[in-house]
Parts: sequence; structure tokens; C-alpha cells
Amino acid sequence: MKPIAKPAEGSWTAHYPEISREPMSYEDSINPEVYELEREAIFKRSWLNVGRVEQLPRNGSYFTKEIAIANTSVVIVRDLEGEVRAFYNICRHRGNKLVWTDFPKEEVGGNARAFTCKYHGWKYNLDGACTFVQQEEEFFDFDKADYSLVSVHCEVWAGFIFVNLADEPSQSLIDFLGPMVTALEGYPFDQQTERFFYRATVGSNWKIFMDAFQEFYHAPVLHAKQSPVASLPEVQAAGFEALHYEIDGPHRMVTTTGGQGWRMPTEYLKPTETLTRSGLFGPWDAPDLGVDPLPGVNPGKAKNWGLDSFQIFPNFVILIWERGWYLTYHYWPTAYNKHVFEGNLYFVPPKNARERVAQEMAAVTFKEFALQDGNTLEATQIMLESRVVTAFPLNDQEILCRHLHKVTADWIADYQRETAGVSK
Amino acid sequence: MTDARLPGAFSEFEPYASTWCLATEAERYKQRLASTMDEMQTFYDAFFPRGEEAIAYCEKFPLDELPEDAEQLLYLIYSLVMVSFPVEAWRQPNVPDSGAAYLDLLIEPRP
Repeated sequence: MKPIAKPAEGSWTAHYPEISREPMSYEDSINPEVYELEREAIFKRSWLNVGRVEQLPRNGSYFTKEIAIANTSVVIVRDLEGEVRAFYNICRHRGNKLVWTDFPKEEVGGNARAFTCKYHGWKYNLDGACTFVQQEEEFFDFDKADYSLVSVHCEVWAGFIFVNLADEPSQSLIDFLGPMVTALEGYPFDQQTERFFYRATVGSNWKIFMDAFQEFYHAPVLHAKQSPVASLPEVQAAGFEALHYEIDGPHRMVTTTGGQGWRMPTEYLKPTETLTRSGLFGPWDAPDLGVDPLPGVNPGKAKNWGLDSFQIFPNFVILIWERGWYLTYHYWPTAYNKHVFEGNLYFVPPKNARERVAQEMAAVTFKEFALQDGNTLEATQIMLESRVVTAFPLNDQEILCRHLHKVTADWIADYQRETAGVSK
Repeated sequence: MTDARLPGAFSEFEPYASTWCLATEAERYKQRLASTMDEMQTFYDAFFPRGEEAIAYCEKFPLDELPEDAEQLLYLIYSLVMVSFPVEAWRQPNVPDSGAAYLDLLIEPRP
């Protein structure tokens, strides 16, 4: 395997001088005080992806999103005019959670013409206006026009719905996403509506899992037993090198090759991969997305492009495969050493059972790999917390991990500077 | 046979139908973890050689208008996929090194 060209500086990391090459601390992943700072400095101030417009198929469609690190719940709704809006999920009367079914902490979705509080029956239009108050005459100096739902800043980009919990976001969504991410505008996400949605609670800090999926240095080792080709000695020895890394503001991306199963000898494949013409890298027979060239993908113009993983700060990933499908990851912190992981796989709706089986194979394979990744995280968290070792050498293929932790620290420092200024 | 679930051409797999014709990934995954390697190997060895034929059979129908017996056959194909990693790669039902980790599939296409 011939080495992949690196930037003129000699390494990807040196190409971005703001990123250190010194051994790195993971204190930010094991310290409850840092978690408290992330709550205020990042998750209450950043644009957060909460889903896609396809989850709101009709006027009146809604879903709720629990954002534990911000101690809140948000309801996202397509109002009767078709506009996507977000509100804090709280009744203005006495603070009951407005939209929920049997279990207050469970996310729900559905279709409604109005929201009615279970407690005392107050009603709200989907644009947030309070329209009915039980025994309104019993209240004092009262005008229900003063009691609309509390709105949350909500913007949609490329079909992805984002909210921002700040009173006034410091940037618009488009400015926040920046040129590297918004270059994907026009990529046919909207055609890929066949959805597999996974969720797990993971016993690690959210950044530990982000790190696991933003480097592929681990892949030949951790996943060695997953396929005949992965266990070949020459594959093991070759390790992993990405084709391209790029950093833009708080966001980052990596491009790698894909596994070209359709070009491999069958003895390197699992028989079911050959049968279904599918595997980890998706169905071998890519759908025609009707868009050529695909906007924003493969920004490094790498030959043998297989996938791009866009890591969008703070906790959102869009991973686009060359074979015409994509997936998203979300990492929702729930404690300094715990988070909820969500994975979505999106395919073009299958035209027939053969295409559906190929998608099933890709989905099943995704889970087999993700479970191996997920379990390793808890082991990492436990030992990091021992603080026996406090400085860790990260190599050039782990540049994106360094960047996430750097940006996290930068946002916390900005927040501390601002709040210190206010209290003076 | 009045209780046949699969298309006639695949009747030899009726003995596996009650175990493996399962509509959701959660049920199939649970069945995998509840099965021995011998049980999964037997199912795999029997069904895999006709896997391509089964896919071709289901492919003849529009996916959203599958006859009931073809839908059951499709679930059996999904189960073949479900047991493929244990049989072909690990010789154990659960993912190596996955311990207590879990990943629930909450929304999936039907069928």
C-alpha cells in the first residue's frame, strides 16, 4: 500500500497549527465540573440538530426532544401554515410538561391541531398562542395573549432541523455551519427517506464516543474478527490512513476509502455479503440519486472516495457513503460519564425486496460494528477516571479527536470570559 | 398443510418458520441471543443455499403489496442476515467484546 499524500507541513495535524501535537489530557471527559460548564457554554448556546423535516410529514406533525444536558424538553412542530417551529415543552400555567404520553421522560410524536395540557386543560395553537384557559374569569388581571408558549430559535438547513436554546443566538445557523458543511446544500438527503433509527445509553462521556467514530485508526484492530479480509495479516499490518482531513471553525471532517465488496474475491467476503450484495459500506448497487456531481462531498478530491464523516459541533455527525446512502449520529450527554447515542441510517426507499434485503444487511452490519465500538467506551471511561495516566499521545490519524476537545475548551473559555465580564 | 406460512416452493423451511419468521429486528435479535450456535448453523445450512432463490421470489412483487406468504419468506431472509455474523464470523451469538452494550432499533422500515 503506497502512503497517502499528506499536507506540505508533513502531517495533517501540523497543517492546522492551532492544534497541539503534545500528549492530550482527557480531564474534560471525566470531570463533573467541566460537564457543568459544557451545559452553559456549549449546549445552551450552540445550534443543535434535533431531527429532519421528514419527521414532520404534514401540517400539525410534531415530535418532542429531550435535551437532558440543558435540563429541558423541546417540542418541534410543523404548524398549520407549514412552518417548522420549536417551543419549550412547558405549560405556561403551572409548569407541567405540555406534550407527553404515559412517561414524562419519553420522547413522543404525532399529529395535532393544538396542544392541550393534561393538567388543567390549557390549549395552545401550533404557533404557540394560548387559545383556551379553563375558568379564565377566575384569574387576576389576566390576558391569555400574555401566555404563549416560550419559543425556541429554530432553523432548517438541507432538511435538518436545528434549535438554539440561547435567548439570542450569536450566529445564524448558516453562519454557524460555515462553508465546509453548507457546501452539502443540494445533496439529495431528501431522497433518502428509508430510515433505521437506533438508540443506546452509553456509559461514557459524550466526547469519548465522538472520538471513537472520528478516527478509523481503531478499525483494523477492534473489528479484526468481523470479516475474512479484516483478519488478513497484510490488512492488519497496513493499519489505516485517511484520504483527507479538513477543519472549518468548530466543525471537522474526514474522507476515507470504502470497502469495494463488488471488486473483492469472494473468499475475502462473508457469504451473506455476496448473497445480499451489501455489507458495512452499504448496498453494493448504488441508487441513482440524480445529482451529479454530488455537492459538498469529497472536498479533498480524493481518488477512491468511499465516505465522508462530517463532525458538526457539538454533537452531530453526518456520514455520507459513496454508495448513495447516509447516516447520522447524535451524542446527547446525560451526565459527565453517560450519554444517549442515536444512530440513523437513511436509504433511498427500496424498489423491491432485493434492494430491501441489501439495506437490511447494511443495517444489521452497522449494529454489529457499533456494539463493539460502544462497549469499548465504558472501558475507556472507567480507566480515564482512575487518573493513573493523564497525558495521552494521539497520532496524526486522530487529529479530529484533538480538534473536538480543543473546540470544547475554546467555547468554555469564551463563556467564562463573557460571564466574568458581566459580573464585573 | 393448513398452517403453512411460506410459499409452496419453500415449504421445506416450514420447520424454521415459527422460530425465524419474525417481523421486527428486535424480535430477530432476541431470537439470535436465545439460540445456540447449533440451532443457527442448522437454519443457516438449510436456508442459505436457496437464499438467492428466495430473494428472487420476493422481488417479483411490489414491496408494499407482498402476499402474506412472501412477506413471511422475506422475514426468513432477514433472519438469515441476522444469523450471518454469528455463523460466518464469530461462532457465537453475540458480538465479540460487546459485553452488556446494547443498541435498540426503534424505527425500521416495514416490511
